[in-house]
Amino acid sequence: MDRVLEVKDLRVCFDTPHGVAKAVDGVSFHIERGEIFALVGESGCGKTLTALSVIQLLPEGARVGSGSIVLSGRDILKLDEYEKRTLRGDRVSMVFQEPMTSLNPVFTIGEQIVETILAHRDVSKKDAKDMAVELLRKVRLPRPEALFDEYPHRLSGGMRQRVMIAIAIALKPDLLIADEPTTALDVTVQEEILRLLGELKEEFNTSVLLITHNLALVYRNAQRVAVMYGGNIVESAPSKELFKNPMHPYTWQLLRAVPDIKRRGRRLTSIPGVVPPAYMFPEGCRFSGRCPREMKGCNTIKPELKEIERGHILSCHLYNDEFLKDKELSTPIVAQKPEEERPATEGRTEGAPILEVKGLKCYYPVRKGVFKRVVGYVKAVDGIELTIKEGSTVALVGESGCGKTTAGKAIIRLLEPTDGKIMFMGKDITHLPERELKPLRRKMQIVFQDPYSSLNPRLTAHQIVEEGLSALMPEIDAKERLEKIKRVFRLVGLTEDMLGRYPHEFSGGQRQRLSIARALVVEPRFIVCDEATSALDVSVQAQILNLLKSIQKEFSIALLFITHDLGVVEYMADEVAVMKDGRIVEYGTVEELLTNPQHPYTKTLLSCVPKIDVDVAGEG
Amino acid sequence: MPVVLATDLIIYALFGMVVWFILSVRRGATIPVRIWSHIKTRKGVVVCLLVLSLYALVALADSIRWRDPILKEDGTIATTPEGETIYSPHALSLLDRVLTPLRERTEKTFSAPLATHLYVKETLELPDGTRVRDYPPLKYPGTHLLGTDKVGNDVLYLAIKGIRTGVIIGTGTTLLIIPFALLFGVLAGYFGGIIDDIIQYIYTTLSSIPAVLLIVAFMLIFGTEGYQGGLVTDEYLLWGFFVPTDRLFWLCVIMGITSWTDLCRLIRGETLKLREMDYVLSARALGVGSLRIIGRHIVPNVMHIVLITFVLQFSGLVLAEAILSYLGIGVGPEMGSWGNMINTARLELSREPVVWWNLFGAFIFMFGLVLPANIVGDAVRDALDPRLKVHGRI
Repeated sequence: MDRVLEVKDLRVCFDTPHGVAKAVDGVSFHIERGEIFALVGESGCGKTLTALSVIQLLPEGARVGSGSIVLSGRDILKLDEYEKRTLRGDRVSMVFQEPMTSLNPVFTIGEQIVETILAHRDVSKKDAKDMAVELLRKVRLPRPEALFDEYPHRLSGGMRQRVMIAIAIALKPDLLIADEPTTALDVTVQEEILRLLGELKEEFNTSVLLITHNLALVYRNAQRVAVMYGGNIVESAPSKELFKNPMHPYTWQLLRAVPDIKRRGRRLTSIPGVVPPAYMFPEGCRFSGRCPREMKGCNTIKPELKEIERGHILSCHLYNDEFLKDKELSTPIVAQKPEEERPATEGRTEGAPILEVKGLKCYYPVRKGVFKRVVGYVKAVDGIELTIKEGSTVALVGESGCGKTTAGKAIIRLLEPTDGKIMFMGKDITHLPERELKPLRRKMQIVFQDPYSSLNPRLTAHQIVEEGLSALMPEIDAKERLEKIKRVFRLVGLTEDMLGRYPHEFSGGQRQRLSIARALVVEPRFIVCDEATSALDVSVQAQILNLLKSIQKEFSIALLFITHDLGVVEYMADEVAVMKDGRIVEYGTVEELLTNPQHPYTKTLLSCVPKIDVDVAGEG
Repeated sequence: MPVVLATDLIIYALFGMVVWFILSVRRGATIPVRIWSHIKTRKGVVVCLLVLSLYALVALADSIRWRDPILKEDGTIATTPEGETIYSPHALSLLDRVLTPLRERTEKTFSAPLATHLYVKETLELPDGTRVRDYPPLKYPGTHLLGTDKVGNDVLYLAIKGIRTGVIIGTGTTLLIIPFALLFGVLAGYFGGIIDDIIQYIYTTLSSIPAVLLIVAFMLIFGTEGYQGGLVTDEYLLWGFFVPTDRLFWLCVIMGITSWTDLCRLIRGETLKLREMDYVLSARALGVGSLRIIGRHIVPNVMHIVLITFVLQFSGLVLAEAILSYLGIGVGPEMGSWGNMINTARLELSREPVVWWNLFGAFIFMFGLVLPANIVGDAVRDALDPRLKVHGRI
């Protein structure tokens, strides 16, 4: 087997006002012909920059400091811009994360594929068209001839991603870089796309560099995996081997942070703290400061990348005998108190219902013509029934567009429901005017998905949390308000000195804590979590899920957890409602539903969830 | 005897705001302090701010004016038979009085910058009685930095007099536009429905009529009566000192009415977007009232659009004044303005040899106002955006 890509000691750095940020710092790996190689890591670990330097499309300000990238036998760092351009698309191509924005909306699908072909091959337009249709067939799109003349907006996200793949493989490149190719897609589509990549790899003998944060996808689809942290590869092994026998503490932590049913009732292992910014990386091991097995020498001496077993490469002092012999260096330090595995809440399925939803409908009129005649309705939510008991968690699961978010917003009256009945704490709030609803607003809150759009960028953390207090509890004075805010800050794991900061100064996880603080400060009895952890990294998601669990336990808050991630459902929920096309197709306790699904849709959904079958709870 | 024009009130209001800003910085109010600390670290912006302050001071000096009593031949103050003092109809501003040498050193006609002789040949009689055609010497050779115009007025003086007009047109109009556009734009975008329909109806109607047509009609109705510069006679005066029908003032009003629609449309669009943001939804979930949501979540987040439009419109308006003066419906010919200067330069540029300094003077002075205004406007926008704060804490 020959090596399609060989990256040696790659360094990519940025200039920041705080100094040079070594975002990628000495990364070496290789990809064999016809294999899927995955780079895994959380945001900020340098995986995307590594990929972008392979295709030489680094963002402005970033530069390759040193190293070599040999692609199909040529060191691309030594090529001039013209040669690089001929290489791109031809020998190496890329599929991006967001299918909605990576196709140009004003050209047809066909034109965009033909453009790529004509840019690199001297063929006639007609031949190029035939090739394009053939490619559309190859990526398993139905009716490729008709699709050729379609515009991108007529296609679903999954179909667009297939078109992107068709463009990427148009010239049979040696290497296809897929940067989070399935993150923006529904679970049922994710698996299909990856299967397609696998098949195309076989057919075209193309290698794939898969970049993702989703460990389960990697487990199922990649041959070899490298785990990145802080601009370094910390561990690299064949994927089965890595998941069976993870050796680096970071890999352990990462694997154990994934929520699923086996971890129900236990706290998820979360990695304390956050990934430091690239200009503040520790001198020694990058993971020092957050590592549960940190030793004295870790943050000053950099561990070397060594092959421990065949194909299993690792950089950690824990496996370095010389290092361990030196008592001075190898004294374990307890950087953070290891989190005890105290049980989180026990599931609650009894108790008085706090919320009852009967036949809830949200219709949107479709208007046409000059007089805006109503010609039909979009039935976003079409008659759903839900009962949530005090202190329990109900998960509302479904794919994008199934109406789950609309339902969540309508339940707490952020949207006007068309029909149905919402009983909250024994009161019918379906059509209650806003003034009478106000006292009840305190009792029901919402936490949104995107921690970036849910906080006003022009208010400080203090102002954000204070807003609800002054609106809903005008009776308390400024001093008491500050006390309450400080208390809730401590509760969600933020410190008091963060009160004066603006949202952009927080990390994603901290922002989500802030959103939770905002909801929590008015002492609600019921919180809607609308995909509250979907935008976060695994380890941060674990922190937030733990936080929500402990808050729920402490204050006996009912949660409506709207999500598409069945792992989270398994871990968090007591009851599950599966939603499709505005209706609830199946409703039951987690155990029932996950072990014995009745509805065909639930079955498909469950079968598509990528799972890591191996038990990784053993070490540590 | 003081004379106050309606447009002077705009300048006074502008200074009121500057004083308020300085006081707020001293008092330590959050936003003014943030703006100031952002600006003061940037040398270029400070220089621009100084230039702007100079313009503002000139405009202020040109807005404080009074009439002197008429002196009889024996040097005593002239009075009416009833014993009231008679004032001269010349209302000279503080600036006029400071610049008296410039104002009074007039030549016969054109002269080039710093020239010693006129720009046109005349028949001169030499001491020996012979007549020659030559360039006659100036009365004040070498003193006219930007030359003189057709009737011999110093161009530098005219350009300086144009400052007040430019500043008033720029700030007065935008100060009128912003509240209108902000109020209507935010209301339309946030509440939607019938309110949105009404506001959209108003501004589409307004913007479907050619702006120049509206301005001409309006100025012909209101503007012709007003004070146009020059002598202040009793017919203009209210309470003996106030001139309410100032033509420049009407110009600001009508330009404001015709140009708030663009900004309004932008703000409405942005508000439509912001209204759906999760933070607005969660404020609603927290029972925050609509007015408070608008005040805290919507308006601060559309301010960047307002600021950008402000600096862009500012230059546009100064130019618009020039076009309107050309059409004869702008500022009166006796009130100095860059528009008037450009208008006269049109003919001067087509004569041979070309007289370029009138246009040049207007250009330099306009440039000196518009460029710093843009730079300072950008700096203020950056200062207001917490995301752009470099050296943030980690």
